[in-house]
Order: sequence, then structure tokens, then C-alpha cells
Amino acid sequence: MHSLLASMLPGPLCAAALPVGGGGGHVDDGPVAAALKHAANWLTEPTRYSVASILGLIAVLYFRRFFSKVWVVTVFFALSTAFFVFAFQDPNFNAIITKPDNVPIIILFATVVFFSWLALRRAVINDERTKRGEPTLEGELAKQKVFTWPDLVYSELICLVLFTAAMLVWSILITAPIEEPAATARTPNPSKAPWYFLGLQELLVYFDPWIAGVLLPSFIIVGLCAIPYIDTNPKGNGYYTFEERPFAISFFWVGFLLFWVSFVILGTFLRGPNWSFFGPFEYWDLHKLEPMVNVDLSTWVWVDILGKPRPDNPFVREAPGIVLLIGYFLVLPPLLGKTVMRKMVTDMGMIRFNVFMHLFLWFVLIPIKMGLRWTVNLKYFIGMPEYFFNV
Amino acid sequence: MQKLFKYVRESQIWKSVFRHGYPDTPRNRTLAVLSNVFLHLHPVKVRRSGIRLSYTWCMGGLTFFLFLILTLTGLLLMFYYRPTADRAYEDIFALREHVPIGVMREMHRWGAHLMVISVWLHMYRVFLTGSYKPPREFNWNVGVILLVLTLLLSFTGYLLPWDQLAVWAITVGTNMARATPLLGHEGPLASALSFGGIDFIHAGDDVRFGLLAGRFVGEGALLRFYVLHCVGFPLIAATLMAVHFWRVRKDGGISGPL
Ligand code: HEM
Repeated sequence: MHSLLASMLPGPLCAAALPVGGGGGHVDDGPVAAALKHAANWLTEPTRYSVASILGLIAVLYFRRFFSKVWVVTVFFALSTAFFVFAFQDPNFNAIITKPDNVPIIILFATVVFFSWLALRRAVINDERTKRGEPTLEGELAKQKVFTWPDLVYSELICLVLFTAAMLVWSILITAPIEEPAATARTPNPSKAPWYFLGLQELLVYFDPWIAGVLLPSFIIVGLCAIPYIDTNPKGNGYYTFEERPFAISFFWVGFLLFWVSFVILGTFLRGPNWSFFGPFEYWDLHKLEPMVNVDLSTWVWVDILGKPRPDNPFVREAPGIVLLIGYFLVLPPLLGKTVMRKMVTDMGMIRFNVFMHLFLWFVLIPIKMGLRWTVNLKYFIGMPEYFFNV
Repeated sequence: MQKLFKYVRESQIWKSVFRHGYPDTPRNRTLAVLSNVFLHLHPVKVRRSGIRLSYTWCMGGLTFFLFLILTLTGLLLMFYYRPTADRAYEDIFALREHVPIGVMREMHRWGAHLMVISVWLHMYRVFLTGSYKPPREFNWNVGVILLVLTLLLSFTGYLLPWDQLAVWAITVGTNMARATPLLGHEGPLASALSFGGIDFIHAGDDVRFGLLAGRFVGEGALLRFYVLHCVGFPLIAATLMAVHFWRVRKDGGISGPL
């Protein structure tokens, strides 16, 4: 335990900060607290967590005028803090949240929420101003020019000093941890990648390593690089807005907030031994087993629908999945381009459209596969372990 | 006091360093920026909208500042750290046990976490303000490479304490490379690269082996990660940052409507 921090906490918190004994992390709670914890455990189960995040995100974007109000975010932060203080006294929650290396994840959460709110607020204000024919917040100020020295250099300096002070305080309060010496023979459970890759590790639940660990990261990098060349909308350059580029903003929100930040939080706090799911108030039991009942697409088609054994030749066996994915990646883009997305093709040109569509289809494949896993226990569209080729 | 300042500012030494008067006139303020190699990455004048915290969130600046802190504290750590399997852990442990109120390792570790966060937030802000749109497409791409480099810097540093957390996080992370199509021994199509029953790609020569200098995270990996972490990646990152800042200026300063 980082002793300095622990010794500074008030009595009840300090008691909670003691290591959890072998008692399975059982705590005696009052009925309200128990119900609250139960609800939190229930809600954070990965399926519900992901669906709730998606719905929440859509709601925030749709009701953005409401959510961009100052009191809304204040209430949100107040409630989060209250929950945090309450939860801090639970030994299971406490054990994971007070790991020094998890402090940055809390900072990530708080800053991402705050800045998303700030950006949304300015976007709402700007959109209203534009509708009224007034210049944007930025547009008003952009007409004035100021000298770099002193205006910019001084604010840089002030930021720097304040920030250094904060870093020093943090560093004195919380000692950097060090665990047992490396032992290649003893695998810790869970073994987790560094926190910023936990979003990818989470995807390993749904995809094989060659997709979750190699293909998708490459596509993320390529996709990020391609953004300025794909987005041909000239509006919204240099100011916050939502209505002038609704698709781009929603897309980035889903990609960054949902698939990256929220999965990092999921992976850090809610994934325990064997990468099993654990609610925030649940004890990390090494022996928690989750039933594995996932089925390949080929098993359905051959065994369940056609009532035959699966063919031996892997290519015949996996033909349904192969046809499906070829359709998805090769037939769908031209089909969409000729029909509903015709305008996009003329606006963007063939090359941009195709690059965009392929990156986009990969992106959409992630929620599709997750949804199919949750609803019908799909394992692989194409399962060819013979060639390590599982999709 | 006033006299002393005046005396210092008019001495030959001061004048040899700063070739302009005190920056309180437009002319001298311009010169202050133009004649200083560091400040000169800034334009002389900036749009008021561009330097508002509510616009940039100061995240790019913070990322750069964190990079400086990390360089400084990292340099100090290098004095006490030997990247070998039997020394590494001991050295880090000694730093913790024998230095009262030691903050170098803490600053380095917390700073590294923060830099990953701030670089993401910076990218987020640049996206939300549409600042990647022409003429800044290229600088966005420089940024993407900087983002990757930041993650790589953090990832290579993660291994250096040589404790269980380090070794296993890197093991989990690099296990992915095994599954690289064609080039990893458990990747799709790797078996296609075999002639007459001899595999070209196997556990002893695939990309993961190249990353780790071995079949598992061992001494070779430690040295390799150390060199990349302390020399390779920082050099590339620093160079690209200079390009990045220069382009911010050359692309018309911080973006703004107009
Ligand atoms: C080590 C990483 C990085 C450092 C130190 C850095 C630093 C900076 C700084 C100091 C600025 C000036 C404005 C501001 O503070 O917002 C800036 C602007 C910019 N950065 Fe970065 N950056 C980094 C990574 C990135 C990344 C990951 C991206 C995007 C993928 C990016 C894209 C841009 C663009 C397009 C601008 C111009 C923004 C504008 O004109 O409004 N940078 N960067």
C-alpha cells in the first residue's frame, strides 16, 4: 500500500484500505448499500455495459442542448464523486481502484468526460450562433491578433509552473509501485497488457489475435492517417460544431469514447482472472468460470440447418462464412455506392469512397460480431484453425 | 534594484545573449520571438482565439512539456539503472528503498501515463475542431506518427523495471505479433511460406522473435527495449516534434475560422 496516501485518509477509509483477507471479500452492508452494489455489478456486465454506453452516447449527442448545460455536468461529477466515496469503502472496489497505476485511468475518465462536455457545449453555442447568422465563438476572437510575447509565452509559462507543482505533489504522495521480480515461469492471473492497449485486449474476446492484435491496430493507424483525405467536408475547420459535420463527430465519438476509452476502463476495472468479468464490488475469484458455448457459423449451417456432419475439406466446410464475408467486403461497397450512397461516390470520388468503405466496414464488423456473440453465441464466421485463419 | 537590472541589461554579456531590448514594444516583442531559436517555432503574432485554453485545452503544449519532463527525469534514472536481467530489478528497487522522498521515478512513471492521456486528448481536440482539414492534413499525419511513438515509448519503458507486471504486460502485448499474417508463426498464411516441408516462419525467426531477440521476454528483449526507449524513439520523436511545431506555424498558426 502506498503508505503516505493511506495514512492521510480518515479512519473508515483507512480501515477499508487494508488488504482483503481470505474471506472472499465478503462485506456486511446495509440493505441500501447492498442493493446499490448489486445494481452496479449487474449494470457493468460487459453486454449491458456496452449497450448502455452506446445508448448513452446516442442520447448525449441527440439531446446535446440539455447535456451541454453547466449544471448537468456539475451534477454528473457530484454524483460520480459521491459514488466514488461510497464505493471506496468496499474492500473489493478499493483493492482495484487504489492501485497507484490505476490513478491515471481515473484521470483519463474525468478529463475525457469534462473535455467532451466542453467541446459539446461550444458546439451547441456555435451552431446556434451560426443559425442566427452570428460569428462563432472562435470567429469573434480570431479577428484579433496578439503578440506571442507576452500573451502566449506567459500563459505557456504559467501552465508549466502549475503543472510541475501538481506533478511533484502527486509524485511525493504516491510512490511508484514495483512488484515481485520477473519470473518467466510464474504467470500472473490476470496478465494484462499496458492499460492503453486494454481496448485491444478486450477485443480478443471476440476476435483472434491476428485481427484484434495486428489487423485492427494497423487499420486504426492507417484510418487515422486517412481522415484528412477522406473527409471532404470543408466546413467546421477551426471551431467547434456538431451540426456542420454530424457524421464525422458522431463517428469519432463512438470510436474514441466507446471503443477506446470505455474499453480501457472496462479492461482495467472489470476484467479479472482469466479475463472473466467482475463487477466493481465483486471479489476477484480465481475460480470463476464463464461457460464457453460459442458455435461456429459452419456448425450451424451444416449441422443445425442441413442436418449433416461438417465436411472435411476446410474450404467447403467454411464456404458459408467465406461467401458471407466476400459479400460483406467486396459486394456491399459497390452495391451501396450504386444505390443509397450514390451521392457520396460523386462527392468523394471512387478511390476515397472505397478506402473509406473498407475501413468503415472493418470498424462496423466489431459491433456486429459483438452483437452476434451476445445474442446467438457466434464464435467464428470463418473458422480455419488449420491455417490460423479465424474471423 | 532598478539600477541593478538596468546595469545587468546593459552589460556586454547580457547584450551578447539577447540582441534586442526588453520586450515591451512591438519591435522588441517581435525580435524576442524571432531571434530565439526555441520561441521562433512560434509565429510572432497569434490569433486570440487560438491561444484560449477553452479552444486548445493546452493539450499539445502539455504533451510536449511532459516529453521534456520525461527526458530530464529519464536521463537521471539512466545514471542508476543497468539494463541486465540480474541488475535491472535491483536498481529500481534500490531507488525506491534508499532515496528519501525520491520523486524521479515517480515523475517519470506518472508523467508517462499522463503523456499518453494528453496526446489522446490533443488528438481528440484537433479532430473536434476540424483542424486536420486543409492545409493541415500533413501535420495531422505527423501527429499520428507522434501518437504511435508515444505509445511505443511507453510500451518499451514498461518493461524496464523488470518486475512481474513489466514482463507479463510485455509478454501479453508482444504475443500478438505471433499472429501477424505471413510473418508470425501462428499467423494466417505463415504456413504458406514453407518449401519442401521446411517452414520459413517458425518461433525462432518470426516478427515476435525479432521484437524480443528471443522466443520469450528475456535479457535480449530487455536490452533491445532499453536502447529503443532511451535513444531510438526519443530521437525520432524529438525530430518529429520539431517538424510538427514548425508546420503548425507554417500552416497558418493554430487553426481558426476565416
Ligand atoms: C508527442 C505528441 C504531440 C505533441 C508534443 C504535439 C504538440 C502540438 C502542439 C504544441 C500544437 C499547438 C496547438 C495545441 O497545443 O493544440 C499542436 C498542434 C497540432 N497537432 Fe499536435 N502534438 C502531438 C501529437 C499530435 C497528434 C497525435 C495529432 C493528431 C493525430 C496531432 C495533430 C496536430 C494538428 C493537426 C495540429 C494543428 C492544430 C491547429 O492548428 O489547431 N498532434 N501539436
